[in-house]
Amino acid sequence: MAVSAPAAAGTAKGPRRRRRFSRRDRLVIVVLLGIPLLIDLAFVWLPAFASLLLSFTKWTGVGSITLESCSDLPKVPGIPQPGCLYGLENYHQAFTVYPDFWPAVRHNAIWLGVFIILATPLGMLFAVVIDRGIRGSRIYQSVLFLPVMLSLALIGIIWELIYSPNYGLINSLIGRTGNDNLIDWLGDPNLNLWAILVEATWRQAGYVMVLYLAGLKAVDPALREAALVDGASARQTFFRVVFPVLRPINIVILVVTVIESLRAFDLVYITSKGNPLRGLELLSVAVTQNIVGETQRIGFGSTLGVVLLVISLVPISVFLYQVLRKEEA
Amino acid sequence: MTGRSRLGGVLAQVFMVVAVALWVTPILFALYVALRPISETNRLGYFSVAKKLTFENFANAWTQSDMWRFFLNSMWITVPAVILTLVLASAVAYVIARVNVKFNLSLLILFTAGNLLPQQVIITPLYRLYLAIPLPKFLSESGLMYNSITGLIVINVAFQLGFCVFVMSNYMRTIPKEIDEAAIVDGASLWKRYWRVTLPLCRPALAALATLLTTWIYNDFFWAITLISTGNKRPITSALANLQGQFVANQNMIAAAALLAAIPTLVVFILLQKQFIRGLTLGATKG
Amino acid sequence: MSDPSQSLIRAAGPLSRRSALKGMAGALGLAALPSLLAACGSDEGSSQGASAPATAASSAGGGAVTFGSNYSDEATKNAFAALVTAATAATGVKVTVNTVDHNTFQNNISSYLQGTPDDLATWFAGYRLQFFAAQNLLEPLDDVWEKIGGTFNDAAKSLSKGVDGKYYLVPLYNYPWVVFYNKSVFKDKGYEVPADWDAFVALCKKMQKDGLVPLAFAEKDGWPALGTFDIINLRVNGYDYHIKLMKHEIPWTDPGVTAVFDHWRELMPFMQKGANGRLWQDAAKDLENKKAGMMFQGSNQVAANYDPSNLGDLDFFPYPVINAQYGQDYMDAPTDGFMLPKNAKNKDAAKKILEYLGTGDAETTFLKTDQWDTGIANGLVAPTYNDIQKKGAQAIAACKAVSQFMDRDTVPDMATAMIKGIQSFIDNPSAANVTSIQKSAEDQAKTIFA
Repeated sequence: MAVSAPAAAGTAKGPRRRRRFSRRDRLVIVVLLGIPLLIDLAFVWLPAFASLLLSFTKWTGVGSITLESCSDLPKVPGIPQPGCLYGLENYHQAFTVYPDFWPAVRHNAIWLGVFIILATPLGMLFAVVIDRGIRGSRIYQSVLFLPVMLSLALIGIIWELIYSPNYGLINSLIGRTGNDNLIDWLGDPNLNLWAILVEATWRQAGYVMVLYLAGLKAVDPALREAALVDGASARQTFFRVVFPVLRPINIVILVVTVIESLRAFDLVYITSKGNPLRGLELLSVAVTQNIVGETQRIGFGSTLGVVLLVISLVPISVFLYQVLRKEEA
Repeated sequence: MTGRSRLGGVLAQVFMVVAVALWVTPILFALYVALRPISETNRLGYFSVAKKLTFENFANAWTQSDMWRFFLNSMWITVPAVILTLVLASAVAYVIARVNVKFNLSLLILFTAGNLLPQQVIITPLYRLYLAIPLPKFLSESGLMYNSITGLIVINVAFQLGFCVFVMSNYMRTIPKEIDEAAIVDGASLWKRYWRVTLPLCRPALAALATLLTTWIYNDFFWAITLISTGNKRPITSALANLQGQFVANQNMIAAAALLAAIPTLVVFILLQKQFIRGLTLGATKG
Repeated sequence: MSDPSQSLIRAAGPLSRRSALKGMAGALGLAALPSLLAACGSDEGSSQGASAPATAASSAGGGAVTFGSNYSDEATKNAFAALVTAATAATGVKVTVNTVDHNTFQNNISSYLQGTPDDLATWFAGYRLQFFAAQNLLEPLDDVWEKIGGTFNDAAKSLSKGVDGKYYLVPLYNYPWVVFYNKSVFKDKGYEVPADWDAFVALCKKMQKDGLVPLAFAEKDGWPALGTFDIINLRVNGYDYHIKLMKHEIPWTDPGVTAVFDHWRELMPFMQKGANGRLWQDAAKDLENKKAGMMFQGSNQVAANYDPSNLGDLDFFPYPVINAQYGQDYMDAPTDGFMLPKNAKNKDAAKKILEYLGTGDAETTFLKTDQWDTGIANGLVAPTYNDIQKKGAQAIAACKAVSQFMDRDTVPDMATAMIKGIQSFIDNPSAANVTSIQKSAEDQAKTIFA
């Protein structure tokens, strides 16, 4: 809009506009734009770009980086080399040797899958039912929304009480607390991701519900009534009339879903006490583990970060495209 | 009402009651565990009939960890960060919405995309950057951005800016242009038009965003975990990880600590739920 | 808030604040930009920079230090507080303790040392010490050791040195990794302490028949199961092999490693199921509640977790003999102590504190509250030792050599890789899986030690 405005106003406005701003006004514009822009560039975009550069180095994070190739530097057993250029070796190691990489990619994908197949439709269902205005819908909405307010760290902690193998709620309920039959919800690599995804869904569904409710409220009631008058069933009305109108909100929810599954971190980190359990590897956790652990592999951690960056650029572009299309319309 | 829709209504009620029951269980269960002494649950497990309910765990969690300190830290981080974010974001939004700079659109893209990046993508260099930027002592005891409350405020502001710019610029466009133009005719400066004319009209959006930001920044875990190394400088949410280490043999006390940490968000939930939801949906529906 | 350096600044008034600002402004312009990515180098220059505020502090306060501590759980925290109070009384140096939980402290150690560390910090002996000393992040303590050298034996001395032969650590205590059990259970059921592997396995079978979990076991924290690997390795292959393996002088695909897993596989049916999801505290609870018959872990964990009223029932035996050649000559007995970061501000006062910490007196003070670790000073028998501590000190003294623990004897990355491998073994102890675990460990070792 902002961009299309001058075009609509005609070309003659260009020079006149300029005069509308005094020197002081222009200074104010520079300040109003400059400070936030500087902060955003310095603390978000500069690091993102630097991640890319660092991904071609090997560095323990101690001392500085020399601009020499690692293979030219002497090696002393037991003492790490100073920072040096490593070419594509980090990427090679990530894809071949690093055992967490492919499981992490797979788990991020599963996370996304569960959010799309389970959490999102569940949230939509909640929204649709609440939107019908059934009795108690306000209370229902509040309760289902409650987890969205809680931090993921806290969610991880309270769910441990549910999953604890010998003492927890689920195993106690189903009588599986003995040594021979207990279910190790958070430790078994075949189970723990799903257990954590239940926690994540518990929160995400409420999030989607709220977004969707807002979308539904914005649908013109006359549209629905018209459909009902035409003899359409409630289901038909929803899928044929309401759902298409909600296209923009659907895309927003899709993007939120993808971004949230790429960002997934807190739950796993708190559940596994910073030392990712098998079955819970995620890209975000792998990055963190390599760069803030006791010994740091900054170059390698950055490499994993770049992989994450490349993947997340896809949903970001989709989102921006959607926004811009509306801008132009 | 037809039979079918009545049946649908009953089904919907049953579905919602079951869902709500499932949804509150984890929180109520945590509360139940937190109210029981560890000696009892060690013997009987968490899922057992309580012989004794007591607030001892809450009291101990509070005193043994000096929890007030973490709450205070959270406040020192959250309040300035929310205010700064809103001021800076509305400034950018105003320029984007009301002044025709050539790169308006690119600006919007830059800010919005920055907010969508996973935090882990930028943490490595950010962390080194924080170790390299000195701060005067009154802003940071350590003399660095790293391990300082100021540093946490800055990254929270930088990261949340994008979303707020996006929401605010959309909101400002719904305000009739004529208001701004009338002010121009009255000879109001740009600053006055932004600060005195436009911002007051944005109050609903600002209130909604403030609620949302408060919750998000309060709930932040990652920045504090990676950028604060001194235990007692941590805000409460990430201090929970500390407390997990400290009360390691006492899950009941950890549950109590976690529930205490939730109190501010629960207050927001009870008092400002509408604002919070508005903030979320402003970003989603008007985009 | 109660940081003494803050109050010093406040006391010094506006002058120091202004000059601090000026200094900062200069530093911002000159130093910040070129070093954005390089951060603070660990070369000599950085220690000079850090010493400027130190002189200010010491001239104003006459000696106050901050002490970074990972003694975060309640009991150890109290023991440490007692130690610090005694140190202040003995030296006149004021100490402010800055406690961070164990895991966070370790994870942050590299940036902590490079950034603005406390004047003193708790740390571990072994490779984990040498790694940071070799990167010039720690201050050599040879002058301190000139005064405290007489307190310690050669083993403790060599544990406190870096690869350059200089001292970097003042040790405080160590603790044995042994097999714990309840005396009452052994008495009631007529069990006997097993001397060798066969007797050990037979005892496990018997316990299982009696409805006990033979070996309580937990691995959610990642490190506990490394202890089991270590001890079987020490029993089967000996101490030198362990050290060579940790330094990657022996490949992880070596048959010796396979033999360790082969023995471990024999035990797996008797170890508590679901270990990967259990905290060691829960496993210790099961031992205390007599649901489990035995538990192999450090006294620093098991004894510390016991309710004091049950501690009298707790006893232990060293891991049974597997290979007669090595008998029970070795064990993991990790040593904890204190280091002085290179970037510390008040090194002189910190060294005064260290001189006190390196005395038998200091250890005795600490062990008054700590009822599970054992002092390191020559011939120390603290008057407050309980049976476990007395026996622990004897068990460690009886060893020909003690190792530190896998995550202290090798590069931390390698320990992390092995944690993954061992967790995989716990899920699937088959020979085929062991082969792939060994191969993956070796592949990673090659990149880690490259």
